[in-house]
Amino acid sequence: MRQIIFFLIRNKNFLLFVFLFLFSVGLTIRTHSFHKSAFVNSSNFVSGTIYSVKNDIVGYFGLRKEIKKLVEENSALRNIIDLNTSSSIPPLDSSVAFSKYTYVTAEVINNNYAGSKNYLTINKGSRDSLHIDLGVISSKGIVGIINNVSRKYSTVQSILNTKSQINSKLKNSQHFGSLVWNTKDPNVVQLIDIPRLAKIAVGDTIVTGGMSTIFPKGILIGAIKNFTLEKDENYFQVDVQLFNDMTDLKNVYIIENNDAEEIKILEKQMEDAEQ
Amino acid sequence: MQSNEILINSVRFIILVMFQILILNHINFLGFVNPYIYVLFILLYPINGNQSLLIFVSFLLGICIDIFGDSVGIHAAASVFIAFIRPYILKFSFGVSYEYNMIKINKAPPVAKMVYVITMVFLHHFVLFALEIFSLSHIILILKSTLLSGIFSVLLILCTLLLFSRKS
Repeated sequence: MRQIIFFLIRNKNFLLFVFLFLFSVGLTIRTHSFHKSAFVNSSNFVSGTIYSVKNDIVGYFGLRKEIKKLVEENSALRNIIDLNTSSSIPPLDSSVAFSKYTYVTAEVINNNYAGSKNYLTINKGSRDSLHIDLGVISSKGIVGIINNVSRKYSTVQSILNTKSQINSKLKNSQHFGSLVWNTKDPNVVQLIDIPRLAKIAVGDTIVTGGMSTIFPKGILIGAIKNFTLEKDENYFQVDVQLFNDMTDLKNVYIIENNDAEEIKILEKQMEDAEQ
Repeated sequence: MQSNEILINSVRFIILVMFQILILNHINFLGFVNPYIYVLFILLYPINGNQSLLIFVSFLLGICIDIFGDSVGIHAAASVFIAFIRPYILKFSFGVSYEYNMIKINKAPPVAKMVYVITMVFLHHFVLFALEIFSLSHIILILKSTLLSGIFSVLLILCTLLLFSRKS
């Protein structure tokens, strides 16, 4: 017994080191498995508060550019309204009243894009009825998916994260693939699994595919920058230039699919029946 | 450690964490190069201070950076690692009898000081990026990030040391 205690005392530094090192590596490995929310994240109270104070101070610097973006979006929306109202009979559309999606606005208070697994922090949380697995977009295109919420803040797993895989398709056909990121350039993402039958060209627009309950169909992502097709491969390797500048985000929208629960229950029933 | 030293080290801890998360994490030079200056805390920890305490405080330091950067554990692991091997690096760069030769790192001969800073920073960055990228097939990316960020951090740390060194 005494031997053991002496051993512990003699090697206390080494044991402390091994314990803390394994603990941190354990935390890291745990988050490498897909879609487990971590408990060490920047949506907690202390870091959320510090980031929003910083945002209050620094936020004024980019204001002019932000206003310009919002005005551009306003005019685009106004055009759509004009198109709809220009027909003589006002459209009586009951689907507007019971829209499938609800939108919440939020501000980005912390944005990372230099690592290989990037997250953003936004200033809305569970008290604004946000929860995990909601899609986040900006006025120009998609941003990511919420992966952690606290009362007042949430973290968003950016599309610039090697864990992200977003269902997306070509705008002018129904061929779909997955959007991933190879960590090289924060403005270029990769589209994989587009079959070689698809007719694609540089400059084609890529939009979300609407195959999941997170993003609605047709949200802009980017344009094809270049693509390659290996001789005996069945799928294209496509580089997509994002419309969004992921390094310059301020105002974002969170999309909630009101039918998500219904769809999930239905799919779960089917999975259960197969087992 | 005297109470004076405890105070200085606590203030240094807070200032370095704030500086790191609010400014340096957003530099993104060339898209992905960020300096990590908070290592300075571990470098400047008193040589005759308590080793176990250093390991524990380094863990706290790393986990603070992790919480703010959403990087879960990688900074903590890297910091704990260099805190643990610090005595060996000290012996390697300042000679066997480093504990008796000097009390302050600022008063050490410049070459030995640079060897110390460079070894510690590069080891820290290597562990950091190895854990962040976490795949052997990207070993080139790990080495590239370590090299570029490492150079950046070493330069900043040496500048900071020069700036805050007191003339005696």
